[in-house]
Amino acid sequence: MEMYINHIDQVGTQERVARLFSRSIKKESKIHALKTVLSMIDLTTLEGKDSPGKVKQLCYKAAHLHDQFPDLPTVAAICVYPTMVPIAKKVLEKTDINIAAVATAFPSGMTSLDYKLDEVKMVVDAGADEVDMVISRGKFLRGEYEYVADEIAQVKVACGTAHLKVILETGELVTLDNVRFASDIAMVAGADFIKTSTGKVSPAATPPVALVMLEAIRDYYKKTGKKIGMKPAGGISKSKLAIQYLVMVKETLGQDWLTPDLFRYGASSLANDVLMQILKQTTGVYQSGNYFSID
Amino acid sequence: MASTTKTLDFKTDWEYSSAPESTDHIHIEKKNNLFINGEFIPPAKGTYFKTINPANEEKLADVAKAELADVDKAVKAARSAYDKVWSKMEPAERGKYIYRIARLIQEHAREFAVIESLDGGKPIRESRDIDIPLVSAHFFYYAGWADKMEYAFPGKQAKSIGVTGQIIPWNFPLLMAAWKIAPALATGNTVILKPAETTPLTALKLAEIIQEADLPPGVVNIINGAGKTGQALVEHPDIDKIAFTGSTEVGKLIMKTVAGTGKKFTLELGGKAANIIFEDAAIDQAVEGIINGIFFNQGHVCCAGSRLFVQESIADTIISKLKDRMETLIVGDPLDKNTDIGAINSKMQLDKIKMYVEIGKKEGGTIHQSSCALPEKGYWHAPTLFTDLSQSHRIVQEEIFGPVLAIQTFRTVDEVITKANNTPYGLSGGVWTDKGSKIFKVTQAIRSGVLWANTFNTFDPASPFGGYKESGMGREGGLEGLMPYVNLV
Repeated sequence: MEMYINHIDQVGTQERVARLFSRSIKKESKIHALKTVLSMIDLTTLEGKDSPGKVKQLCYKAAHLHDQFPDLPTVAAICVYPTMVPIAKKVLEKTDINIAAVATAFPSGMTSLDYKLDEVKMVVDAGADEVDMVISRGKFLRGEYEYVADEIAQVKVACGTAHLKVILETGELVTLDNVRFASDIAMVAGADFIKTSTGKVSPAATPPVALVMLEAIRDYYKKTGKKIGMKPAGGISKSKLAIQYLVMVKETLGQDWLTPDLFRYGASSLANDVLMQILKQTTGVYQSGNYFSID
Repeated sequence: MASTTKTLDFKTDWEYSSAPESTDHIHIEKKNNLFINGEFIPPAKGTYFKTINPANEEKLADVAKAELADVDKAVKAARSAYDKVWSKMEPAERGKYIYRIARLIQEHAREFAVIESLDGGKPIRESRDIDIPLVSAHFFYYAGWADKMEYAFPGKQAKSIGVTGQIIPWNFPLLMAAWKIAPALATGNTVILKPAETTPLTALKLAEIIQEADLPPGVVNIINGAGKTGQALVEHPDIDKIAFTGSTEVGKLIMKTVAGTGKKFTLELGGKAANIIFEDAAIDQAVEGIINGIFFNQGHVCCAGSRLFVQESIADTIISKLKDRMETLIVGDPLDKNTDIGAINSKMQLDKIKMYVEIGKKEGGTIHQSSCALPEKGYWHAPTLFTDLSQSHRIVQEEIFGPVLAIQTFRTVDEVITKANNTPYGLSGGVWTDKGSKIFKVTQAIRSGVLWANTFNTFDPASPFGGYKESGMGREGGLEGLMPYVNLV
């Protein structure tokens, strides 16, 4: 595997984030950003208590975000557990919205590779367009990097044409050096996207982690010419923070990554806040939360 | 998905709308007088000069020009205040005044920041987040020393010196005023401050704050003017100490002038700092450090990291990343909150920078500039870097004081130490490596007053600052910053 250690300085990373986050996004640039954010959302429900009814509601919401404003983009995808893929498929069949399924014993990944591959095949057969897998963090922390890489490579094969997002679960990797190395491994092993978190571990996505991953993507692109996507997930519920992430993408990777093809937010409540902000920018006043459906 | 170009496109269809800081709350006097003995008084000869906004060349105000008679008046006021009031005051009482000034600066922080950006051209992001907070921090820090001087130098008594003449530059106008005034007051001295002629306005605003703080008349006097005014101050027989920040050229003149007079002096002069990037550094953070090192305040920084040394194995990577990062720097209106690089302080300075860029090209350096558009009016210079340079190139040897980076490569630790020290200057330097032992080895071998490891242009009032060799003598900031303002007995 062609790879070398890239050192990350935590203090320097935090300072860079602080500087990027001090960008002042107003007026037209704010509206543009809000619409872009909306188009990049993976509307997510990942709970043990998810039922077909809940998933159907979510899918309907994804397709009908705010019908009074027909010009608004839809979200990029909905993200669900494996058993919910057929249900989502049915509702979203005639839309452009993708179906992403978590797999590989999400969120812990604590099962054998065979089971993981079976699960991936199952969701792909059921119609998932995107597969969100988790890496084996225990193996990574034990230094078994080849195992982690092989696993990703085999899942990628099992995905076929479906896009593979590799969840690093950065909250368990702890250091930014680890985040960088795991990002490098995932990209070399075949990830189409690298994703911060499952949302089940605290902290989920943090700005320094996201910046380190974006920089890893930048270096990988410069070396190979391949454009890898990025998905921060968990903890991004407000428009302001989402726009600040978009600033990071713009100033780290530029124009080509400002698209749902290469950047996504894994979030459940973000969409409503973005809608509320868009309406505020248009009408000048905030509407009550009661005007936004909570599916 | 594979692409062969591998270039990043930072001209995006999402550009930031303008976000100008409001100037509604700012009041700038049209005609500004001299601040002597606690009052604003007109100059003896009645001459005024204009100060302009370098971002649009429009006049901001007229400022009184101090001539010999005015300097004399200011020195007399400072002497009288020293003899009768300030040197006799209880140290804790002196401390209270300095604390009051510090608090008032915080209360007026936004006003100071906007005026600093208007008069000097620096981006509001810097004046708001760096300059002004450091100004109040400096006053707070030295206010704390005022009543603790008997503990500062164990076994010795620190006595105040008397009347101090302080001459400051245009790159950090209010911050340099704070660096000079705060320790002088804390140690019981009185002050005549002469700001630079292109940036007099924040010091005049500070004079208003000093009035508001009820500082006894004559303790701080602020007079404006160009080199002649400074010369009159340096030559005045009743000055006990000169503190100067500015060019090495003028510093040498001051040394000659005060030689044999018994006047004490401190000089904080030019620099040509080596910023050294080793192959085991955290690369992206180092790139950010290089950018901050040279483009902070348009490169108008005496401790700027203007000589970059990159280890050969990572040189291509670093230079490619620098070029990308330069494309994301926003150059323009200093008052826009998103501006990274503002206006060059004056036409004179812009001409000097352009001259050096021409010299760099003529001597065979390879130039690269960011593709940003520059405003038509005002003084502007695109972020610039030069490669293919050696120690023999003039842009490697001489201080440019602008957004121009001179890049060289190196192979071994010893080589880079030798090259870093091969300069008449010795103000600052930077070392970037993930290896702790290398930090100690290299920083101890470089003859510079300040050395940063894995950061650059980081300041704190508790940390002393000053130069080796032709970068000056004496220290400002920290405990060491008290020494130039006392006689130890």
